[in-house]
Amino acid sequence: MTATLTAAEKTAAEPVVRTTATRKRLVPYWLLLPGVLWLLVFFALPMVYQASTSVQTGSLERGFEVTWHFSTYWEALADYWPQFVRSLLYAGTATVLCLILGYPLAYLIAFKAGRWRNLLLVLVIAPFFTSFLIRTLAWKTILADGGAVVGALDALRVLDVTTALGWTQGDRLLATPLAVVCGLTYNFLPFMILPLYTSLERIDGRLHEAAKDLYASPATTFRKVTFPLSMPGVVSGTLLTFIPASGDYVNAELLGSTDTKMVGNVIQSQFLRVLDYPTAAALSFILMAIVLIMVTVYIRRAGTEDLV
Amino acid sequence: MVRWIRRNLVVLAGLLTLAYLVLPNVIVMVFSFNKPAGRFNYTWREFSTDAWRDPCGVADLCGSLTLSLQIAAWATLGATVLGTMIAFALVRYRFRARGAVNSLIFLPMSMPEVVMAASLLTLFLNMGAELGFWTVLIAHIMFCLSFVVVAVKARVMSMDPRLEEAARDLYAGPAQTFLRVTLPIAAPGIAAGALLAFALSFDDFIITNFNAGSTVTFPMFVWGSAQRGTPVQINVIGTAMFVIAVLVVVAGQVAAGRRKRDTVR
Repeated sequence: MTATLTAAEKTAAEPVVRTTATRKRLVPYWLLLPGVLWLLVFFALPMVYQASTSVQTGSLERGFEVTWHFSTYWEALADYWPQFVRSLLYAGTATVLCLILGYPLAYLIAFKAGRWRNLLLVLVIAPFFTSFLIRTLAWKTILADGGAVVGALDALRVLDVTTALGWTQGDRLLATPLAVVCGLTYNFLPFMILPLYTSLERIDGRLHEAAKDLYASPATTFRKVTFPLSMPGVVSGTLLTFIPASGDYVNAELLGSTDTKMVGNVIQSQFLRVLDYPTAAALSFILMAIVLIMVTVYIRRAGTEDLV
Repeated sequence: MVRWIRRNLVVLAGLLTLAYLVLPNVIVMVFSFNKPAGRFNYTWREFSTDAWRDPCGVADLCGSLTLSLQIAAWATLGATVLGTMIAFALVRYRFRARGAVNSLIFLPMSMPEVVMAASLLTLFLNMGAELGFWTVLIAHIMFCLSFVVVAVKARVMSMDPRLEEAARDLYAGPAQTFLRVTLPIAAPGIAAGALLAFALSFDDFIITNFNAGSTVTFPMFVWGSAQRGTPVQINVIGTAMFVIAVLVVVAGQVAAGRRKRDTVR
C-alpha cells in the first residue's frame, strides 16, 4: 500500500494527522461548552445583574438606574437584621436537630438493619416523592390547635417550658418558632441522613472489632473510631441541611406567623410583591455572602482540625 | 427492661426518627379519604372516596400536574445530556481551567435557592424576557445540571479503563467502544442523575415561584391553595405519586436482584 502512495499524497497526509490531533485536544472543550455556557449565562451572569441591581435607585414607573447607591445595603441590614438573625438561628437549630435525629437512623441502617437495610433506605427517600409542600401542609394537621400533639405536650407541661423560652405561645404550636424549626428539620432530614449513611457504610467492620479487642467500651469505640470516620458525612450533611434551610421561606410562611419571618420571606415579598428590586437584590447578596463565608470557614475548620 | 432499652437505644432512636419522617406521608394518605367541612382539609370529618373517584375535579389542578411533568421531563433530558458531557470531560481529559469548571459546578449546589431564584429573575427582567414555561425550564436545567454531573462523575471515576482498552484491542472503533462499552457501564450513574434531576425539577417551588410569571406548576398550585383552600384532591395526587414511586423503586430492586442472581449463575 505505502509503495503506491505518491509524494504528493504523502505530504497531504501529514496535516490530516495534525488536525485529528488538534481535534482530539479540543474534545474536552466541546464536551464542556454547552453545559458550562448554560451555567455561565443562567447562573454566573445573573449574579452580575443582581450585583448591579443592588446599587441602582429608581422606581418601577421611572425605571431603575445604576447610581452606586451602596447605602441600600446598610438600609436593608438596618431594616431586616432580625430576619437575618432569625434565619441563621432557625437554620442552625434545624441543622443540629437533623444531626441528632439523623445520626441514630443512619447508624441503624448502616450497621444494624441487616436484610431490612434496603427497605429502610426506601422509607428515608420515599417522602421525597410526595411534593414537599403537601407534606409541609400535613404538619398543619399534626400541630393543629387542640390536636393530639398539643394536648400531649400540654399535659406533660412541655408547653409551659417552651413558652417561657419564647419558642411557643400559650397553648399553640402553630404560628410559633418551634413549628417553623420543626418543619425545617423535617424537610431537610433526608439530606442529613443520606450522606451520614454513605460515610458510615464505608467503615470497615473490622475496625470495630479491633477497638473491642483493645478493650474499648462501646462509647469509646463510637467516640474514637466511628464518629471521626463519619466526619465527611457529618460535614456534607450539615452543609446540605444548613444552606437550603437558611434561604427557605416555605416553612416560615406555612407554619409560622409574621413574627417568624425569615430573610427568604423578605426577599420573596420585596421581589414579587413590593417590587423594590434594589433592596431585594441587596438582601439576597448579603445572604449569599454570609452563607459562602460560613461554609468556607466551616469546611476549613472541619477539614483541618476534626478530620485528623 | 431498662437494660434492654439501653442496649437497643440506637435502634429505638432510629425508629423514632423514621416515624417522624414518615408520619406526614401517613397523614397525607389518610386525609385523601377525608370529607372536610370547609375549604381547608386540615381537620378530620368523615370517610369518603369522593376525591379518589374524581381526582381532576378541581379547576386547573390536573393542568398544573401535566405542566409540571412536562417541565420535569424536558429539564431531565437537558440536564442529563449537558451534565453527562461535563462529567466525561472532567474525568477523562486534562485541560486548562479545570478548577474553574469544578467551582462553577459546585457553586449552584452551595447557594440558597432563593439567591439563585432572585438573581435569575433580575437577568430575565433586564433582558425583558417573558416569564413562563421557557424561563422555568431554563432555570430547572440550570440547577439540576450540577447534581447530574456529580452523579455521573462518581460512576465514570470508578470505571475500569482497561475495559475500554480491551475493546480497542479487539478492533472496536471509538464510536463502537463508546456505545457498546463505555455507555452501558456509565448507565447506572446517568440513570441516577436523571432520576435525581426529575425529582428536583418536579418538586421545585422556590425557583419556580420567582420565574414562572403567571404559569402554574403543581407545587405553585399547592402553594396557592394553601392560601385559598386546600382541596382533598392534592392529597390524592400526593398519595398516588408516593405509591407509584415506591412501586417503581421496589420493581427496580427486584429486577436488579434477579439480574445479579442470573450473572452469578
